[in-house]
Amino acid sequence: MKKRNGNSATLKRVLSLIKPYSGLVVLSLVFAVLTVVTTLYAPVLTGHAIDQVVGAGRVDFAAITPILLRFLIVVAIMAVSNWVMSLCNNRIAYHVVRDLRTKVYAHVQKLPLSYLDSHPNGDTLSRIVTDIDQLSDGLLMGFSQLFTGVVTILATLGFMLSIHVQIALLVVVLTPVSLFVAAFIAKRTYSMFQAQSRVRAEMTSLVEELVGNQRVVTAFHYEDKAKERFYDVNHRLQKVGIKAIFFSSLTNPCTRFVNSLVYTGVGIFGGFVALTAGPAVLSVGQLSCFLSYANQYTKPFNEISSVITELQNALACAKRVFDLLDEEVQMPDKEGALVLRDAKGTVGLEHVAFSYVPEVPLLKDVTLNVKPGQRVAIVGPTGCGKTTLINLLMRFYDVKKGKITVDGTDIRDITRASLRQNYGMVLQETWLKAGTIAENIAYGRPEATMEEIEEAAKASYAHNFIRRMPDGYQTVIAEDGGNLSQGQKQLLCIARVMLCLPPMLILDEATSSIDTRMEVRIQRAFHKMMKGRTSFIVAHRLSTIREADVILVMKDGDIIEQGTHAELLERGGFYHDLYYSGAPEQQAAE
Amino acid sequence: MLRLVKYLKNYKKESIIGPLFKMLEAFFELLVPLVVADMIDNGIAKGDKSYIYRAAIIMVLLGVVGLVCSLIAQFFAAKASVGFGTELRDDLFAHMNRLSYAELDEAGTSSLVTRITSDMNQVQAGVNMVLRLFLRSPFIVIGALVAAFLVNVKVAIIFAIAAPILAIIIYGIMVLTIPMYGRAQKALDKIALATREGLNGARVIRAFGRQQDETDDFCEDCDLLLKLQKRVGKVSVAMNPLTFVVVNLAIAAIILQGGKEVDAGVISQGEVIALVNYMTQILNALVALQVLIISFTKAMASAKRVNEVLDLQPTVLDREDTTATEQKAASDAAPAVEFSDVSFTYPGSQGEALKNLKFTVKKGQTVGIIGGTGSGKSTLVNLLPRFYDVTKGAVLINGMDVREYPQGELRSKIGVVPQKAVLFSGTIRDNMQWGKAEATDEEINEALSIAQAKEFVDAKEGGLDYKLNQGGKNLSGGQRQRLTIARALVRKPEILILDDSASALDMATDAALRRALAERTKGMTVFMVSQRTTTIQNADLIIVLEDGEVAGIGTHKELVECCEVYKEICQSQLSAEEVGA
Repeated sequence: MKKRNGNSATLKRVLSLIKPYSGLVVLSLVFAVLTVVTTLYAPVLTGHAIDQVVGAGRVDFAAITPILLRFLIVVAIMAVSNWVMSLCNNRIAYHVVRDLRTKVYAHVQKLPLSYLDSHPNGDTLSRIVTDIDQLSDGLLMGFSQLFTGVVTILATLGFMLSIHVQIALLVVVLTPVSLFVAAFIAKRTYSMFQAQSRVRAEMTSLVEELVGNQRVVTAFHYEDKAKERFYDVNHRLQKVGIKAIFFSSLTNPCTRFVNSLVYTGVGIFGGFVALTAGPAVLSVGQLSCFLSYANQYTKPFNEISSVITELQNALACAKRVFDLLDEEVQMPDKEGALVLRDAKGTVGLEHVAFSYVPEVPLLKDVTLNVKPGQRVAIVGPTGCGKTTLINLLMRFYDVKKGKITVDGTDIRDITRASLRQNYGMVLQETWLKAGTIAENIAYGRPEATMEEIEEAAKASYAHNFIRRMPDGYQTVIAEDGGNLSQGQKQLLCIARVMLCLPPMLILDEATSSIDTRMEVRIQRAFHKMMKGRTSFIVAHRLSTIREADVILVMKDGDIIEQGTHAELLERGGFYHDLYYSGAPEQQAAE
Repeated sequence: MLRLVKYLKNYKKESIIGPLFKMLEAFFELLVPLVVADMIDNGIAKGDKSYIYRAAIIMVLLGVVGLVCSLIAQFFAAKASVGFGTELRDDLFAHMNRLSYAELDEAGTSSLVTRITSDMNQVQAGVNMVLRLFLRSPFIVIGALVAAFLVNVKVAIIFAIAAPILAIIIYGIMVLTIPMYGRAQKALDKIALATREGLNGARVIRAFGRQQDETDDFCEDCDLLLKLQKRVGKVSVAMNPLTFVVVNLAIAAIILQGGKEVDAGVISQGEVIALVNYMTQILNALVALQVLIISFTKAMASAKRVNEVLDLQPTVLDREDTTATEQKAASDAAPAVEFSDVSFTYPGSQGEALKNLKFTVKKGQTVGIIGGTGSGKSTLVNLLPRFYDVTKGAVLINGMDVREYPQGELRSKIGVVPQKAVLFSGTIRDNMQWGKAEATDEEINEALSIAQAKEFVDAKEGGLDYKLNQGGKNLSGGQRQRLTIARALVRKPEILILDDSASALDMATDAALRRALAERTKGMTVFMVSQRTTTIQNADLIIVLEDGEVAGIGTHKELVECCEVYKEICQSQLSAEEVGA
């Protein structure tokens, strides 16, 4: 992984994203300069015009008209260039963001599952959505304000110097004072804001716990205690809140006050100059022009400072996005890797060892031979590592030692896509896509006809409930199954596999959260699928386990026993204990 | 928002002083151009230095007074708005506390959380903004107009024309773009949804080899967002150039018209400058107002969401005379629980969730409740602690209608173990004391040991002082579940409700738990909801539910004989587990 050093590297990468739009960037910069110059030139012209308006009977209309005409032309140029500049900026920012987002998403699809498993989805999500959005805002602001701000400062300086050097210097020296004031206040209020957000965070987590679990609060009649705890935090928040809000709102009036002092200073000094040196050195119109510059001069400074904070934030976000992009993608398929078609279903594990982290070895030395059409039941308490085995079979993870073969070929010599197409997988965590039921069933074979889809649904006992849905197969289900019951979702997942019906299966039996009669249907569907197919079943039902050709007993991440039901019982090991642990009740019931 | 204004009643003084001083500040700001004009006309034009000094002093004074006014305004606005927020939050929280299950179902608890946190912050910020700034901008616009008219009526007409045009441009663009921004936001939400889906479904997507299609779909979503953003961008970037053109046209007109007036000796040069200044002040004020309106609409939307919560009326309330009825009718001879012809319909749903339930349970009996998903098992037990009120009939505990009890007393008789094992941040002891505030360690340990939790609690560092993270995330699912069972047992309830509460336990622990419950809680009436016949088949009474109706009541033996539904359920599980194989 390339390690980056600080902001400048990140900035470089952001700039490289903008590169495809360099034509627009140039256009934007040209029009930005034009905008600034015309904006600043306008008050000069109005100043000239006002100079022609001296007093009663001394107004030179012949001179005013051409000046005003020129003024209008300048205004028109400014309006057009401002418009073009903003359009360019929008285009650049939005396009860059679109490009980056699609790139990141495509990258995530190529990341090894180990990355996705070890990083919370919420974190990756916020990188793709929120962080990129922040970057977009930052870019837009950076473009529209940073450059124009700098140009404005320089140009204002030039204009002022060209009118009167001393007054210009006065403005240059005095105006930044308001910035210092603003910075001073910001520094002082920072700690208050921190205090406020600390109490706020405390309140949020309290509310999340108490209101989020209001049902439990009610059940235990904890209302008064809850209220007490909330009041306490709330009133502490009030105390810090008033301070934070008041002191932070000082910035505006204070800088405004400093600005008005500057304005007055310029007014007096200019007034004296105009008075003593006469209109040849400084006319009244020029003075009014100065005054308006003095008013505007701090604005770009303030803008630049806020843009810089925004940009820093945007860069921090960009870095998080780039970090994600820098994650190494999974190793591509070997060159000339075999495309596996219609596997016979011989699966072999030869001295397989595996661990997620080196310190915690899981599978140590597993050897297993599964013949075509055999059923393998995986048994063990929750958290024993049943998913690990699935991860390895599907090659979501690669083994650390040994090898896994399908039809005698090391699965690392087979393309991932074709290997996985030979497996049908139904997991307990049912994942469905937002879309119609038909689309979901056809997920593995988008080209399937409606008849085929219905066929698959019937075969997996899902047809009946689908038919009863408001729009049948075209019913749109919300993200993650929405209002379907857990059992219905599982039937849809089965139908999804049923439609492809690959030669090998990985099935995860449901635990207790499903209606027992629904479960019977799922069982039947499973049985139908398994006929003649090599199957791996994470099993909870004793019947499934007993019917299996091989039982793998897992504990603490490793396979500790292997054999048929009878063999394992005879051995009197962990399986034996597990099998009989639920037995007293069952015997009593007889 | 208006309905919420009453929360300012303790801050009447503050909410009047705040805006008042803000207007005062604006007033002084409006005076500045006049002073400058005066200085130019009387100071510079006449060569009077002392006049310039005086003008300078006046301007500094105006600045100081303005600053003071503004600080006063900010302070009172902060005090009033934060006070408002605090009182409203207090009320809101207390209100949420009173809501019963029906309202919680309707509103959704996670949405309640956002309403009392982020929505409340928005509302509070909105109030602060209104108090501080909302009057200021209109006041400046009007003030500048008035000042212009005072200076010269003929020139002021230009103001009267330009100001409305500016307002139309600014607010027209705003009205056009707000819904467009809304659509763009929706597109972004869709991207978030697609991303979450892509992450959660990574395994399935890869298993079916659909990575490329997912990426293509995602690109489409991004393109849509791009299109919408560009569209709204096109409109919104027109604002700056348009307003700039209008203002400068007006300034040109002011100079031209002002020139005529100066030529005629009606006004002075300085006054023309003042008029030009007023024009820019109007523009600035209108732009500021636009920003305000956008934040204000956000605050209004939040206020609406807060109001929606306040509008939820708790349906389960104590009867007025309940406080005095303690143990009035309740007698020891009466059955522990009686359902007398109970029907229940969830608010807003069509069909009845429970239909004409009739049964009695004697003290100390164990009742098993079984049935398919949606058959009404949880609903039934939720009626006991009066989480919902029956629609018809009555639920009696110790012979007295549950609606006759004060809620606190009723619930102290009942220990509930919910389906989802919810624990709270704090020590294990804190969590156990939810069941009984003054529970001793001895009582807690007793409960823990019945719940099969003692062993692992003792093994934790600090035992009962072991700190749980929010939601008890630092425990396993099975450990959490056992603690919730212990929590309900601590209060030694007369009635214990286990709502499918052993699902995360392995078979051995589950069996040990049931044994301990049977042996060590004599006299406690236990309701046990389950999907599995093995869990409940030893119960004194089994209630079989089917679509909200009783399909059979009796012991395991009786039901196996004569209850079709029960037989079916048993068989569906027998075929899988073959009892005693």
